[in-house]
Formats: sequence, structure tokens, C-alpha cells
Amino acid sequence: MNPWNHDVAKDENDLVDVQVDGVWTRMPRGLNVVEVAQRAKKFIPHYCYHPKLSVVGNCRMCLFEMGTPKMGPDRKPVLGQDGKPEIAWMPRPQIGCATNITPGMGIKTDSPLVKDCRNGVMEFLLINHPLDCTICDQAGECKLQEYSVEYGTGESRFIENKVKKPKNVDLGARIVLDDERCILCSRCVRFSSEVMKDDVLGFVNRGSHSTLTAYPGKSFDNAYSLNTVDICPVGALTSKDFRFQMRVWFLKETKSICTSCGTGCNVTIGSREGKVHRLTPRENEAVNSLWMCDFGRLNFHFLESKDRLHRPLLRAAGEQFPGTWADAIQRSADGLKKVKPEDIAVVASGRLTLEELFVLKRLVTELGVTRVDTVLNLGQADNFLRSGDGNPNRRGTELLGLSSGGRKLGSWGAEIESGKIKALLVTGGEDVVAAGISAASLAKLELLIVSGISVHETTRMAHVVLPGAAFAEKTGSMVNVYGRLQRMTRAVPPPGEAREEWTILRDLRIALTGGNSLHSVEDVWKSMAAEVSQFSGLSWAKIGDLGIQIESVSQPAESVTG
Amino acid sequence: MSVPLQAGMESCVGPEKGELTPAFESQADELISRYPVSKRSAVLPLLHLWQETFGYIGPRGVEWIAKKLSLQEIQVLELVTFYPWFRQKPVGRFHFRVCRTLPCALGGSGKTFAALKKLMNLSSDGHEGAMISEDGLFSLEYSECLASCGTAPVVLRNDEFYEKVDEKRAADLVAGCR
Repeated sequence: MNPWNHDVAKDENDLVDVQVDGVWTRMPRGLNVVEVAQRAKKFIPHYCYHPKLSVVGNCRMCLFEMGTPKMGPDRKPVLGQDGKPEIAWMPRPQIGCATNITPGMGIKTDSPLVKDCRNGVMEFLLINHPLDCTICDQAGECKLQEYSVEYGTGESRFIENKVKKPKNVDLGARIVLDDERCILCSRCVRFSSEVMKDDVLGFVNRGSHSTLTAYPGKSFDNAYSLNTVDICPVGALTSKDFRFQMRVWFLKETKSICTSCGTGCNVTIGSREGKVHRLTPRENEAVNSLWMCDFGRLNFHFLESKDRLHRPLLRAAGEQFPGTWADAIQRSADGLKKVKPEDIAVVASGRLTLEELFVLKRLVTELGVTRVDTVLNLGQADNFLRSGDGNPNRRGTELLGLSSGGRKLGSWGAEIESGKIKALLVTGGEDVVAAGISAASLAKLELLIVSGISVHETTRMAHVVLPGAAFAEKTGSMVNVYGRLQRMTRAVPPPGEAREEWTILRDLRIALTGGNSLHSVEDVWKSMAAEVSQFSGLSWAKIGDLGIQIESVSQPAESVTG
Repeated sequence: MSVPLQAGMESCVGPEKGELTPAFESQADELISRYPVSKRSAVLPLLHLWQETFGYIGPRGVEWIAKKLSLQEIQVLELVTFYPWFRQKPVGRFHFRVCRTLPCALGGSGKTFAALKKLMNLSSDGHEGAMISEDGLFSLEYSECLASCGTAPVVLRNDEFYEKVDEKRAADLVAGCR
């Protein structure tokens, strides 16, 4: 996926001796000094260096003091009293990003010379910087701010005029550029060129007039453009969506996954007081590395949509009225009890979590319902991160035996028409009208129960509407198209009286079958681990932040066929 | 310092509009053939060729060279804006460069420049790129060191080099063009 992985050693067992700040240690051959320092629990500050992009060495922030073993007349290293080579230190500093370690190398990351260098580099970088931190979106997570505090002087000797540059450049559909803040690290240029193969960014002019720009007439709006906002170490590239919306230090960060497709990119949800403000990719080399697509990143505004379902709705006299949860559950249970199991159909959703699906599975098993299927939500794969499968947990529905891949569902319209299906339970907010069952057919049902998050054709036809929680509003787990089990964590509460769907299904199950063994996510996992071999020995806590590979699916079919 | 290209701003006025002759094409191909390992290296020779042929390098030149070398336009534009020698706008038939680096400045290149400016009937201070006379005959700009400090101040008229150009000699140079 990445053209470079400077943070990954070719061979973790091929070690060489290096001395980092006076301590001898063994590090994998071929790593650069920035990465070696990191592994030695030291930190070398850097701007332009990025482990997934080519090394250009233009910011000069990662200067360090380097030494090599002293050689005796016999061309053998001179050993000191400790039996280790004595080091001859070079008078001039080197850049850590472009220096790979060699046997016996000495590295000083915090000597007076190194501190002096950083100090000087910081002063140069700030010469033309506008210092408009007060209104800058990057403030609080800005490397220029952070390194100023740690390595800067706190004052500038520059009394001349700063160079003026464009401050509000529309680079493309989702990105605004402030050229005065740009420190010319070229991370964005390299990301576009090396990862996305979409070369539209570059530097024009020279010296202190150097300016980041897109080629005139071209816009920078590839499907992954917002990743440049993440890797921009300063506030030069800003997301139009997030620009001036929220100071980042107010954001609560919750580890979760993106549910916009079957890949399940790991994300951090940034929220404040019940409102999600942004999604940013969270590093997971097994799934998305450090990236995510712009579509998934921005696909959270529906959480605040006015079409969200806030309260249970019950149909009476042809119209839907708000009701209590108790009534909604009771009405659903009573209605389902009146219908023979063979006349009931259930839409399990590839958008539900495993926990929700498992409670649903118990429910349909105990009722004896056999007509269970999922809606296929096909999208367009892009041969990078985006999967052609729009269901984030399709594999979960398959593992729990709740899907025939839409095969059964195809005939349900006709079966409703012929009276074979009298009751339909739709979960996960699926719109079965969009999936091919006409509203006219749905009108013929004796009972239509829909649990979901927003209003659509199917919820409008329902006798009972059960408002559920969207991805950022619930805790659970899913299996992505590559067979990786991953967790999501609730960042914000669902709106109004809406509830996490597994509690809805749990209550419905208690009312219907009296089955009451699943009261918590832990209970669900205990049963699920016992029943499904792929989950054996696992629990929600054991999944961890980076997930667990439970089966090996190297190339899911839909990513090839799109 | 040159101003970055604005798409559509320039619409290829002047010589850049001219036809690409087979001779030009074969000259370009010959230049590219000198870099068998990486034809990207031919970008500077091609930029020089284009400017010598058309007088300046507008969007058409940038795009033609990018296509010729399988580069992105931005990669060519970066170079055009980096080097002061390359121009993005047409200049006059007689283009004057007056050195303003220290020895020439001490030798009176400012006076020479002012004299030329007056003779050509130009406005603006000359620090914002080349000025062009209304009839398109003359253009004038400052340049950095032209490598003849011993004979300051020096002037370049198109490709001809003139030494010790005082106000009197400047008038002769301009008169010689008419």
C-alpha cells in the first residue's frame, strides 16, 4: 500500500550495535536514525520526514550529532575500557531521516550542538510564519507550536518585514491552503505523487517566496486528499469541513472504525458534547496504514440529520405516532406472536455489530424463523482502501449464518404479495424498498417492524419504528472484508430516545421468547465464543484497538470486480 | 521573482502562438536523446529551446514539455518559476538586462537603468519583472551578476553583451535598435 515504510525493518533479527545518547543498543540494520532514536525511547523532532513517504531532508529539524568507531593503525576499531568501540564524533551535524545506521555508529540526540541546531532551525522556520495561531485550526496539534515550546527560543531576532503569501487558496473540493503557514516540508506533494499518483501540487518560485500551489486550472481533489491535512505538520492545509469549527483541544477522542465500507479503516472520532466534529484515520498497518478515504472521513454528518429517528413510532389509524419503548416492544412482540414463524421474514443487516447480530440470531432461532437474509449494499471499489462492499460487517452476518447474500431476499416481494410472508422485521436501518421490495408490497404486510437510524421509504410504511444508534453512537465489533475482527466504541449518545440496537433486540427477545441470558456485551461474547468457532476464546476486551485477524481473506472478490 | 501562471490569464499571446515546426520537433527530440537514462533530465534544455524559439514559456510551453517528457505540468512549472532566466510572458524585440549586483551597482548601473527606462518610455520601478514598451520594441529588467565585474556596469541586449554602459552609451544602444 505504501511506497515506503521507513519504520519497518527489513529484518528485525539482523541487528547492528549503535550508541544512542551514550547507551549501546542493538537495532535492525537499514533503519534511519529518526526511527532508531524512536525505538531507543528518544525523540528526534522532524517536519518533512514521514515514515511512509520518500526522504527529502529539506526541513533540517532532525539534525543530530553523529560518530563512527575510531580506527586503529590496524584498521580495527579502537576499544574503550568497557570493551565497546571508542567513537570519533564528526564536527558537523547530520540529518537523521537520510542517515541509515551502520555498525558502531554513535548518535547524540540532545547534545548542546544538536540543541543549538534545532534552535536555529526553529528560528528560521518562524521568520515568515504569520503566527496566527489564535485562529488556526492546527493550533493544539501543530508541530510548529510543539517544537517551538520544546526546542525554540521563545523570541525572534527578525525585525524585517515578513513575506506576504496567499492566505485563502481554494485547492480543491475539500481543502483550503494558507500559504503563509506552509513550511515547505513537501509532505503533501509527496503523498499526492507517491501514494495517490496524482501530481498536481508543487512549489513555485524560489527562496522565501516559494509557494505551494496546484497547477493553475487543476484542482487537488482526489479521493484521498484530506489525508494531506493530517500529515501537514502545520496549519497550511485545512479541511473545509472542519475549518473554524472547533478548537481541537476540546475534542474527546474515541477509538473506533469507519463503517462506510467493508474495509473498516481504523479511525479516531473527535467529538464534543455529544456532537461528532471529525473523523481522522488511526494507524493500523494491517488495515489502512495511516490513511482513509475522503468519503468515509466526511460520512458522519448524517448523525445530525433532521431525518434521524428520535423516538419509537407506532402506527395507528394509518399514521405513525410517537410512543414509549415499552409500548413499541410490546406491540412488536404481540404482533410477531400472532404470526406463524414460517410466515415471518427477518432482514439482518451487514451494518449491525456482531453483538447485535448475535442477539438477533438467538431471536430468530428461538422463534423458528428461517427466512433470514441481508441486503447487499454494493459500492465502487477503488483499488486502494475503498471496498466494493458497502456493508461494514457482511462477513459477520455470514459467520453467524444470517445471510444468503441477498439470494432469499430477492423473492420476498413476491412472497409478500402471495401472502406467504405476513410479518417482516427489518434491522440496521435497511431500506428494503430501495432493495427491491415495493412500498405497495410492504403495505400488504400484517406487521412491519423496522429498527433503524433515519427516515426512509421503509420506515414510513412500518407499523412499529424502533430508533437505533449509528456507528459513532454504539459499542461493538465487526469483521471486515479481509476477515479482521475490529472494535468500535461509542463516542456520542444516540439522539433523543434512540438506543443501541442490541438492547432493542434484547428487549424484543425477552418479550417474545423469554430468553434472558444476554444482558451485557460480555454475555453476548461468552455465548458467541462458544457457538462460533472463529470467535472461540475471544471477548470484546481481547479484540484490542487494532483488531484480530480471525480468518485470512487476502483479496475479497468485490475489490477486484468493483 | 516571477508570478505563478494564472490559467487562462495569458491565452498564449505573442510568438508562443506560432506553429511547432518539424525542425523544432526534431531539435527537441535530439535534446531528449542526450539523456537516455532519464528523459526527465531534458526538461531544462527543452525550456531553453522553447524560450529561444518563442521568447517566453507560457502555459502552452509548460504543457507541451510536460507531455513530451511524461511529466506533470506542475513539475515543469516549478522549474520555470524557480529560474529567473525563464519568462512566462513575452518581452520586447530588444530585451535589455542590466546587472544590479554589487560591483555594477557601485559602478552606476542604477543610472544606466534609469536612462534606459527613460529612453524606452517605461514606467514602474523594474523590480517586479520585465517592463515592456507600448510598441513592443523594448523591454527592460534588472538581472543578477553577468560575470564581468571589472567592466561594470554591464548590460545584455538580447544575446549581445555590452561593457561600461554609462548613460551616453545606453542612448547609443537604444538608438541602434531603431
